[in-house]
Amino acid sequence: MKRAGFANPWLPILLLVPQLTIIAVFFYWPAAHAIQSSFFLQDPFGFGSTFVGLENYADLLGNKEYLKVAGFTVVFTLLVTFLSLGLALLLAVKADNVIRGAKTYRTLLMWVYAVAPPVAGFIGILMFDQSTGPLTAFFQSLGWDFKLGVVYSDTAFAMVTVSVWKQVPVNFIFFLSGLHSIPVAVREAALIDNRSASGRFWDVTFPLLAPTGFFLLITNITYALFDTFGVIDTLVKGEPGNNPMNLVYKVYVDGFRGNDLGGSSAQSVILMVLVLALTVFQFRLVERRIHYT
Amino acid sequence: MMTDTLTETPTLVQPKAPLLRWRVITDHAVLIVGALFMLMPLVLVFTTASLPDAEIVKHGLQLRIGDQLDDNFTKAMFETSGFTDANSGLVMLKNSMILGVGFAVGKIVLGMMAAYALVYFRLRFALFAFWVIFTTLLLPLEVRILPSYEVIQGLGLMNTYTGLIVPLIASATATFFFRQFFRSVPEELVEAARIDGAGPLKFFIDILVPLSRTMIAAMFIIMFVYGWNQYLWPTMITTDEGMFTLVRGIKQITQVLEGTNLPEYGRANLLAIIAVLPPVAIVVFFQSWFVKGLTDSDK
Amino acid sequence: MASVILNNLKKTYPNGFQAVHGADFTIRDGEFIVLVGPSGCGKSTLLRMIAGLEDISEGTLSIDGQVVNTIDPADRDIAMVFQNYALYPHMSVAKNMAYGLKNRKISKAEIEKLVARAAQVLNLTEMLDRKPSQLSGGQRQRVAMGRAIVRNPKLFLFDEPLSNLDAKLRGQMRIEIRRLQRELGVTSVYVTHDQVEAMTMADRIVVLNGGRIEQIGTPAEIYHRPASTFVASFMGAPPMNLLAATAAENGAVSLGQDIQVAAGADLAAGRKVTFGLRPEDVALVAEGGIPFDVQIVEELGANRLLHGQVAAQPFTVSVPKDNPATTGRNQLLVRPETVHLFADGVGARI
Repeated sequence: MKRAGFANPWLPILLLVPQLTIIAVFFYWPAAHAIQSSFFLQDPFGFGSTFVGLENYADLLGNKEYLKVAGFTVVFTLLVTFLSLGLALLLAVKADNVIRGAKTYRTLLMWVYAVAPPVAGFIGILMFDQSTGPLTAFFQSLGWDFKLGVVYSDTAFAMVTVSVWKQVPVNFIFFLSGLHSIPVAVREAALIDNRSASGRFWDVTFPLLAPTGFFLLITNITYALFDTFGVIDTLVKGEPGNNPMNLVYKVYVDGFRGNDLGGSSAQSVILMVLVLALTVFQFRLVERRIHYT
Repeated sequence: MMTDTLTETPTLVQPKAPLLRWRVITDHAVLIVGALFMLMPLVLVFTTASLPDAEIVKHGLQLRIGDQLDDNFTKAMFETSGFTDANSGLVMLKNSMILGVGFAVGKIVLGMMAAYALVYFRLRFALFAFWVIFTTLLLPLEVRILPSYEVIQGLGLMNTYTGLIVPLIASATATFFFRQFFRSVPEELVEAARIDGAGPLKFFIDILVPLSRTMIAAMFIIMFVYGWNQYLWPTMITTDEGMFTLVRGIKQITQVLEGTNLPEYGRANLLAIIAVLPPVAIVVFFQSWFVKGLTDSDK
Repeated sequence: MASVILNNLKKTYPNGFQAVHGADFTIRDGEFIVLVGPSGCGKSTLLRMIAGLEDISEGTLSIDGQVVNTIDPADRDIAMVFQNYALYPHMSVAKNMAYGLKNRKISKAEIEKLVARAAQVLNLTEMLDRKPSQLSGGQRQRVAMGRAIVRNPKLFLFDEPLSNLDAKLRGQMRIEIRRLQRELGVTSVYVTHDQVEAMTMADRIVVLNGGRIEQIGTPAEIYHRPASTFVASFMGAPPMNLLAATAAENGAVSLGQDIQVAAGADLAAGRKVTFGLRPEDVALVAEGGIPFDVQIVEELGANRLLHGQVAAQPFTVSVPKDNPATTGRNQLLVRPETVHLFADGVGARI
């Protein structure tokens, strides 16, 4: 709030009403509804529902398939997060080093930010196509009989690759701007104190990038959990079958295709708790440690 | 004349030539490989879109330009697939535009209004409103997708632009950006304006909105791309093919590719390009605004 | 043009912090008042209360005979120059100056005339079409001034308007602001933490400390008869020397180490006091003065500052440039009429 805020009593309310209304109708109500229906068992033919308490949750935690999906989600999320962060950091550091063409590289590396996840998935299908995909051909020349949509781990590989490809640009942009915001004087001081470039990177640059990196870590986890939906859905061509999928995709498959509203809602609630925990964790850590200013 | 002569000229030791050259070369090599990794797939899709379908079916993606670009373009824009003949590329492009622009404008307008109320007014329940609004940052639409779908169904908003756009606006990202930005606007500006006789509305329109121009532009780019690229929500909410967006249509394209005698790969590639081009163009052309808007969220 | 009456004005923030503990004085019509004090002393809060940007917790404020406690800043007929100028960055110089007039529904032709006249007075005519970002610091400052004078208000308020300028420009603007204010005859309240600005510009100075008024007076009064040790040390550069002392017989005070100085005071012997002496009020003598051990000589060109000790307490003396000055033992001559005495503890003048 500004020191000399306006004292008008009704105008701020008028300004807030549209946003609050939309949030109430399309955020709080659905969220509350999800929590509520996670305690009910929906009749498969749509005739009412029965209160079953925590049974939906118990079912999930005892469900082998759900646990498999959860396991895949963890591996997938970790791989996507660390690969895309690592690759982006490498490129950002190099782009920050070079004097000539820095702007051109930045532009070229940014493009894919604007590609929609399902379009990325579509491109993945073409690249990894079983008979004509250039990457498949490349793998075959290495003796890897790559089969998208057939072999579980191959499909997972394609999912990770496409998801990383899609996420590198945004990380790159953040890392590059993080590098630019390191004061010149600090770089010069490091230049005088340490003659090894890699030593300077790990002792000075990397710690100063930590706030950016941490912010990105959370963003990337969220991305891998939620925004990769389009990638996965396209790569499996809408037919989950035996293909790998993550938790969000399963919510969709069970709730929308399988009509298991209770189970799907319970899954949603678990995801909500996960995201909330992640956010709380982020706030606490950011507050506590990785802040130098 | 100033004389500050050294009695002895020190012998200069020539330092060893640094390894700088090699460093520069490897830096560029890494960047070029990275750029190829990022761009090659897009280039391949583009070049392949200029080839006849039969060739694509046989050889897949190829790095050469054919003569079918305009044919495939015509097919992509005006030909339809599916059951109702309503989802030509042109219709989907229109729907994508409406979603992208509608989403961006809606978010910016609502976000600015709410942020203005939160930052510039003495409001008794400001803290409460703040939390109510900012909790929405925590839960993406994906986790509450089914109940949201039911709400839209209940309100009879299936296959409408309202149903497509409004639920996506129910999150506080833009409000958050504008709140941060308004807080960084010097305090004295509103004081000067008050002494100059500007009321809350005048201040907003005369001073704050013009001041936010860059921020609005940056927000618009980010939100347009975000809205344009939406997939799950349009997939659920639009069943009428005349309401499909390009990104939503991709799924159908890939499904149609299966099991056809001569799948229309050329058309599919071109549709993918059309789906990618507007957001890429806006991001590349308005790079500096976009980067600024994006990285400011870090603070 | 108007007089301003502050009647026991108090400001308490919602968190309980009291920024102003009762300000009680009258600003005469056409007077230039400077509120001075260290940061956090409440001077800006007081100014902002007069402007209407800060609510008044207690007391009444009247401008031109009308109580304005609850009147909106826009309706108080005041103009304010801010520390960071607060120019509207997206408006040209002319629009910046015109904005307040436009909001007051003054005709376009009239606005143009007023802006042109103000621009001429401030030498801004060439710059009317420029944006603030294209101006230098000094020019921005003049635009901020222009925005104030163009409205011909009852009252000018200045909130540290020169603190972002370099020293040379500050000196020029001091004179220019004062000249303008004289010409226009508008009552002015000026906040600064710079005692030089206070001394050179003010008709009367209000010295604030910790939300309380320490002294109100003309620059000469403040300088020659500071009401407290705070005022004595705040006003004047280098600051007044303040030494712990004890009253002795015959109006003298003892500074310890058997050093006694005639102070012309009539105090009970043995009473603890603070002894004050301005660095420029003492002279070096060959012999017969009190001993002064100089440790460092600072060359300032026009004069020299000798830093050392008197009676084992830090002491500074300023001597004209042609005075010989060396480190080591020197002798000081103190004239009784230049001695200031303050009560021990509270620091009030005796």
